[in-house]
Amino acid sequence: MTFLSSIFKRRSSAPVARDRLQILLAHERIAVGDGKDDLLAKLHREIMEVIKRHVAVDQDKVQIKMDRGAQCSVLEIDVEVPGLTDKPANAKKA
Amino acid sequence: MAKVLVVTSGKGGVGKTTTTAALGAALAKAGQNVVLVDFDVGLRNLDLVMGAERRVVFDLINVIQGDANLAQALIKDKRVDTLSLLPASQTRDKDALTPEGVAKVIADLSKKFDWVICDSPAGIERGAQMAMHHADMAVIVTNPEVSSVRDSDRIIGMLDSTTEKAKAGEKIEKFLLITRYDPQRAARGDMLGTDDVLEILSIPLLGIIPESPDVLKASNVGAPVTIAEPESAPARAYTEAARRLMGEKVAVTVPAERKGLFDWLFKRRVA
Repeated sequence: MTFLSSIFKRRSSAPVARDRLQILLAHERIAVGDGKDDLLAKLHREIMEVIKRHVAVDQDKVQIKMDRGAQCSVLEIDVEVPGLTDKPANAKKA
Repeated sequence: MAKVLVVTSGKGGVGKTTTTAALGAALAKAGQNVVLVDFDVGLRNLDLVMGAERRVVFDLINVIQGDANLAQALIKDKRVDTLSLLPASQTRDKDALTPEGVAKVIADLSKKFDWVICDSPAGIERGAQMAMHHADMAVIVTNPEVSSVRDSDRIIGMLDSTTEKAKAGEKIEKFLLITRYDPQRAARGDMLGTDDVLEILSIPLLGIIPESPDVLKASNVGAPVTIAEPESAPARAYTEAARRLMGEKVAVTVPAERKGLFDWLFKRRVA
């Protein structure tokens, strides 16, 4: 978008609202409609169970990021694993 | 056999009670026998909007618990004689709404009236579930705004899964009623458009009610807008919606920004 068109073209908020709703509801309909858990929430829970089975994890050192998109969703779990600090990598990503 | 209609939304403050009163009055003025049932136990307001707050003696909970019979609890409207009101209790809580009790009241009302219109409380708890449980039809009241559309989607999901009809494998008839529509904001592109909301919720459109001071004026004087200001824009939109409920084919008009010859000539129509 050029400088001029950005001045003259008003950005309306309604299309943003529509797009946000469409993405959100696509996810909520799966979660609520079938009575099933959200897949990402389930993945998160089970991945954490596996990690906890092998290492003691401090809940404060776990970072979870979720990005629900129209085409694909990203679940990012950052776990700081104690006792492995001598090694260069200390994070696992799922 | 009566049509049992629930007016619901999930979100509060979108215009359920206003809509119940206005649609009910419009149907009654068209000669239908209508009863309005307030399910908002503990926070009743339909009596106030209908101007019957000083005439309430018994309520829905009294009838359910056998303290009064239906004829004693029903309040007949003084302006339209085919319109009645069954108020909610203001002092009890929603747990007093037992499934068996509600089923019996709805069945009894169905014998006496053409339309049983249930005004649902906000939320998705017991009161809202009881209001929708026996419905044949549902009017989902939605404002063109993200949180209202999200909650409506949730309610549509509940209508399709938890109601008596849904459990019997039948489809409940659902209609979308867009309220507080502001033509100026829509023209600027700063309000979800009717087509956006329809595309997202994908249920048939019953009508679009424009935002108007006439709605507040009507509730101030305790009358449905279709009785207090029958020629106003919202009243006309409600009256047309009522005709659609009765099965008439009436094209839905999107409220225009200005009212003039130009708009009259180029009325935009949807659905």
